[in-house]
Amino acid sequence: MFHWLQYFADWVVYTMIGMSSRGHWGQAINFFLFDCLKIFLLLFLVTTIMGTVNAYFPVEKVRNFLSRNKLYGFEYLFASLFGVITPFCSCSSVPLFIGFVKGGIPLGITFTYLITAPLVNEVAIAIFAGAFGFQVTALYVGTGVILGIVGGFILGKLSLERYLTPWVQRVIKDTEVEQRFEEENFSLLHRMPSILKGALKIVKGVSVYIIIGIAVGGVMHGFLPTGFFEQYINKGQWYAVPLAVILGVPMYSNAAGVIPVVQVLVSKGVPLGTSIAFMMGVIGLSLPEAMLLKKVMTLKLIAVYFGTIAFFMIVSGYLFNIIL
Amino acid sequence: MKKSIKVLGPGCAKCKTTYNNVLEAVKQTGVEADVEKIEDLQEMMKYNVLTTPVLMIDEVTKIKGRIADVNEIKQLLLQ
Repeated sequence: MFHWLQYFADWVVYTMIGMSSRGHWGQAINFFLFDCLKIFLLLFLVTTIMGTVNAYFPVEKVRNFLSRNKLYGFEYLFASLFGVITPFCSCSSVPLFIGFVKGGIPLGITFTYLITAPLVNEVAIAIFAGAFGFQVTALYVGTGVILGIVGGFILGKLSLERYLTPWVQRVIKDTEVEQRFEEENFSLLHRMPSILKGALKIVKGVSVYIIIGIAVGGVMHGFLPTGFFEQYINKGQWYAVPLAVILGVPMYSNAAGVIPVVQVLVSKGVPLGTSIAFMMGVIGLSLPEAMLLKKVMTLKLIAVYFGTIAFFMIVSGYLFNIIL
Repeated sequence: MKKSIKVLGPGCAKCKTTYNNVLEAVKQTGVEADVEKIEDLQEMMKYNVLTTPVLMIDEVTKIKGRIADVNEIKQLLLQ
């Protein structure tokens, strides 16, 4: 799918600039150019598509649907897929969390949404697709969705309602106030400028991290021999996967830059399962999110919540190391 | 009549942009309005917010879950 971009990058670096395709710098710069073009193209495409979906996505209806219907367990699947579609702005997650619980949706299903929403977001999907290709991206998205379902289901069984902050517990008991809302009926054409603007804003916001990430990746790609990391990190070390997840948590702010670097780590011998676990930790669990959740959950609940997710990230890491 | 405008959002970048756009739109149209920014979650939940930022004019939600640009707000104000 991206052969034409590779041809273009080859042409620019090896023919136009005239660098050697065997030299370290030639390979590094070729990698940088190719990855930048590919990732930014995908990023803009995916954010625009997600922006369009979101402009028309009836959040209220989904909530009513989830709270009204008995779906025999499928509600977890819906909540998880819902988490994929909605954009992840950490500031929207808390109002949504309360809105869900208030609407009578069980806590477990709400947790499912809360797990998947940051873990599988449009920026991560685009960069993953650019760096690892569509198969690994599908694997990541699939794992994220399942992790949300399983995690939410288990958290739901623990009856954690009493660990919500007192005011949230009161909110849950309060009667629903009907919100008046005038349906927006702008046409897609009318909406497109603001959707594109939104997409550009997202791309701009993460571009610095991506460029730095790809630059670091490019240098490693050009200078390190294939299999370089195998001697340090391999499937035999049982502690590598948990360590990867834990190390990932504080790196949230540069999630966009981490993926291109990890792509090179994998190509130089780091096991894919360990890497996916690491990236899940980076993307799915973050300290800013914990700070926000503190407004609705007690520390104990946040710890249980993060612990459960981290546990399943570690399990998936091991699983991938065995299967792949 | 003086309009009451409320921007609801827990203080993320999107909410701030919306708030600034509202101020700009009010200035440009010259409409008399009280602009209020609601960042407190408990207060926000009284309005049953699901996606932020939310723009309310005279207690009616006009735009939610996305940034409203200046022109759009101007149109809403002049209705």
